[in-house]
Amino acid sequence: MDVMLMMSIYVFVLAIFVGFEVISKVPPLLHTPLMSGSNAISGITLVGSLIAAGEGHGGISVILGMIAVIVATINVVGGFMVTDRMLEMFKRDTSKPAK
Amino acid sequence: MNVFSAIAYLVAAVLFIMGLKLLSSPKTARRGNMLGAIGMLIAVVVTLTDQLIIDYTYIIAGLVIGGAIGAFLARKVQMTAMPQLVGLLNGFGGAASTLVAYAEYMRFTAEGIDPAGHAWVALILSLLIGTVTLTGSVIAAAKLQGTMSSAPILYPFQKHLNALMLLGVLVMGGFFLMDPSLWYLLPIIIGVSAVLGVTSTIPIGGADMPVVISLLNSYSGMAAAATGFVLGNNVLIVAGTLVGASGFILTDIMCKAMNRSLGNVLFAGVGAEFVAGSTETEQRTVVRYTADDAAYIIENAQSVIIIPGYGLAVAQAQHVCQELVSMLQARGIEARYAIHPVAGRMPGHMNVLLAEANAPYDILLEMEQINDDFKNTDVALVLGANDVVNPAARYKKESPLYGMPILNVDHARTVMVCKRSLNPGFAGEDNELFYDKKTMMVFGDAKATLTKLVQLLKK
Repeated sequence: MDVMLMMSIYVFVLAIFVGFEVISKVPPLLHTPLMSGSNAISGITLVGSLIAAGEGHGGISVILGMIAVIVATINVVGGFMVTDRMLEMFKRDTSKPAK
Repeated sequence: MNVFSAIAYLVAAVLFIMGLKLLSSPKTARRGNMLGAIGMLIAVVVTLTDQLIIDYTYIIAGLVIGGAIGAFLARKVQMTAMPQLVGLLNGFGGAASTLVAYAEYMRFTAEGIDPAGHAWVALILSLLIGTVTLTGSVIAAAKLQGTMSSAPILYPFQKHLNALMLLGVLVMGGFFLMDPSLWYLLPIIIGVSAVLGVTSTIPIGGADMPVVISLLNSYSGMAAAATGFVLGNNVLIVAGTLVGASGFILTDIMCKAMNRSLGNVLFAGVGAEFVAGSTETEQRTVVRYTADDAAYIIENAQSVIIIPGYGLAVAQAQHVCQELVSMLQARGIEARYAIHPVAGRMPGHMNVLLAEANAPYDILLEMEQINDDFKNTDVALVLGANDVVNPAARYKKESPLYGMPILNVDHARTVMVCKRSLNPGFAGEDNELFYDKKTMMVFGDAKATLTKLVQLLKK
């Protein structure tokens, strides 16, 4: 097994634990923004699609790359923007004095 | 990858983690989302400076088109259509993973690269999970939008056929690993995965949607992580895994809130088989009331708890509902919301809907926070919710709802149920709460009834 793969597996396993630790603290109030925000983060595949679309091999691989860039960008831009739109709406009760 | 890009990717990964951490409080959540977006921007900019990229035409075209569509969807979509949009965005993420994995395979062959075995394993997983996420999300979104009936679609040997397809993909993947020159296996794997995504989502009915949406969310992350292993890129692995974990936690919470196992949700097709069984219940009568009666009771109450359900979203009654709450508060009546974890069609659906109507988040209370307060409450007002307040869940062992934690609405002094008809909820279980002596049934559309109530209380 090469060192690169071993490092990737390390990263993968540690990320699982970090993910569980961080996300289990998100209250149900924010579950929808959590879902759409994390979904935007999963659009990180955009990084891979940029390389596929720009390698200049021509042909199908570039077209696939470009479609990948389009869908990943929809995912990223749409996801972050809609999450922001939702989070903007969450306001504290101003009708009564803060405890 | 040079040192500079490696560090930049690390910064992006850290920003993603910090962003998700800040999502744990409504005060910091917006900043958290912003950090995530900055992380993404850094990752993209660094990638664009990569030496591998020699032609920017397609990249720029793709970014502009995708950005415009994404921004349009995010701005224009109605808050009530949020579950569909979130579902659809999951699907786009899955599609991107499949496409990138396949393009990478084409690069391997074009450049004559023979990558390590694990890259092939990751490639197949990426194609499988990415494609299932895409077609599954499209079906889920169509069901949520109403383009497709939300009723479960069931046929004989459904489970077996799905299992067979999954097995088929894995076996083909195995053959491909042994001989990567069998290029034609990959399109077949994608095709079968696409069918599997459809056939594993159609048996799932409306009220189980929160589970499916969470699960697809998790898949989209796992697909990204698998693609990360194909590309040997750690930022994809970290980001994908975080999302995979997040979706998994949500799925688990949703399943617990329904007291069902994930397998049961995915394979049982609740809602189709049970509806037939519930029709033989004896004829019981309910007491019908009008909005005037309801207004009189509410006016003289000291505390009111509102229980919103999917019906509130369908009627788009969130604004008038919050208007009622503000009005009650202005009169010195304590008014709060009790939100069941699976109310609505996605995790947190009711919270977003009510936040849109400017309901302050500190009166949106979770089941555990408010369930003991019902016994000291004058009026519990149920708006378009059913199964989550069905007392049968407490004791009726043969009911599909048995064991599901419910809101203790029946402990309140008066229960008001605003509903369009007496039809049983999604699980097909008749709701005895409706026949209780202290229950006032107010039939009609939630929005119309609430509007009437608000008018009456204004007088």
